[in-house]
Amino acid sequence: MEEEVPADKFVEKIDLNNELISSGVAEVLDQLDKELIGLEPVKTRIRETASLLLVERARKSMGLATETPTLHMSFSGNPGTGKTTVALKMADLLHKLGYVRKGHLVSVTRDDLVGQYIGHTAPKTKEILKKAMGGVLFIDEAYYLYRPENERDYGQEAIEILLQVMENNRDDLVVILAGYTGKMAKFFESNPGFRSRIAHHIEFPDYSTDELVNIAETMLENQNYYMTKESTVALKEYVKLRREQPHFANARSIRNALDRARLRHANRVFKTQKGEVGADTLSKIEEEDIRASRVFKGGIDKDLE
Amino acid sequence: MRITQGAFSFLPDLSDQQIHEQVQYCIDNNWAVSVEYTDDPHPRNVYWEMWGHPMFDNPDAAAVIFELNECRKQFGDRYIRIIAFDSTPGWESIRLSFIANRPKEEPGFNLEREDVKGRSVRYKISSYSAQKPEGSRY
Repeated sequence: MEEEVPADKFVEKIDLNNELISSGVAEVLDQLDKELIGLEPVKTRIRETASLLLVERARKSMGLATETPTLHMSFSGNPGTGKTTVALKMADLLHKLGYVRKGHLVSVTRDDLVGQYIGHTAPKTKEILKKAMGGVLFIDEAYYLYRPENERDYGQEAIEILLQVMENNRDDLVVILAGYTGKMAKFFESNPGFRSRIAHHIEFPDYSTDELVNIAETMLENQNYYMTKESTVALKEYVKLRREQPHFANARSIRNALDRARLRHANRVFKTQKGEVGADTLSKIEEEDIRASRVFKGGIDKDLE
Repeated sequence: MRITQGAFSFLPDLSDQQIHEQVQYCIDNNWAVSVEYTDDPHPRNVYWEMWGHPMFDNPDAAAVIFELNECRKQFGDRYIRIIAFDSTPGWESIRLSFIANRPKEEPGFNLEREDVKGRSVRYKISSYSAQKPEGSRY
């Protein structure tokens, strides 16, 4: 869809650093650095990808490159490691670099793509693909599209349409597949078509305990809460214990834990405070709000998992 | 005879890039864009066949171009137009309509004059192609 640049309009020299700032990419990368705690390998990969795309763009303006590079990606990592958040940033980045026109993110799962009966899948998948054009299509838990145990499953149809559009409309949309590492590997094994069409495989590592505590502090700060020193220590212990227990979902578990701590905080304030309360009391998370969690007694909070 | 209906029809045919830009303009104005086709070029034929649903929530014109190309694959020998439907002011109406595809040969219209009461004349036009049954006109 892009118009051909006539040969005499090619640029001769480009200052890459200037380009980095003027395109707004530098800003997104800085934001990424600031807002996302940990995830070093991911950030490095994104930086690398961004510089590749920037160089590619510079080459294009000089008339050296003609093809759009393959931008489809796969994000694999455990639950709660920030895949969706990074995908949002990626969409922004690609938009600023001019590789997608609108830069919106359409996040879908199997249910949005696969139909219920014969003939339902193709229009459904196409509808979603059209919605995502000009932006990024983020398919969460992509491996559920493929169900080897049921050969009449309609997922296969969705995969075929997806592959076709990924190949033919490369200028129009970027597809990001996301999911847990092991299952993703299996999915790619059984769908070699996907593997070869995806250029960037990005691995999301688990967060360390300190990073998770850091994340918790940022989350609370955004909600205008804060933790005392003792409660930070308690939270650290909590993370260590929680990690050993089943269904640990990194940042998501932390968010849930904080929601429960806020609940206990509200209850405590309600019970203990007589008369008027100040802003400080209403925003201070005490040690006991965290220590009351069932995790410390050796069990997960059943009602909330 | 070249049919002139809707916007831009006195201009040379729009390229895909130009269609893309026009459609993007419509989308940016919050108009719902859809694709329609017909093989009856009579100017009074206002209701064309719909190609799929109107596209209400696609932020990018590429989706419309995609559907247009799908429609061309099947009905490349017919007229295809793109219409933009505006529902924002409360009244609902077509804001823009232009032809995006036309048959290779357009045989044009036959003009018939009929003498009626006194010396007044009634005119009737009928397209040559519409004399053939639907589906085998072009």
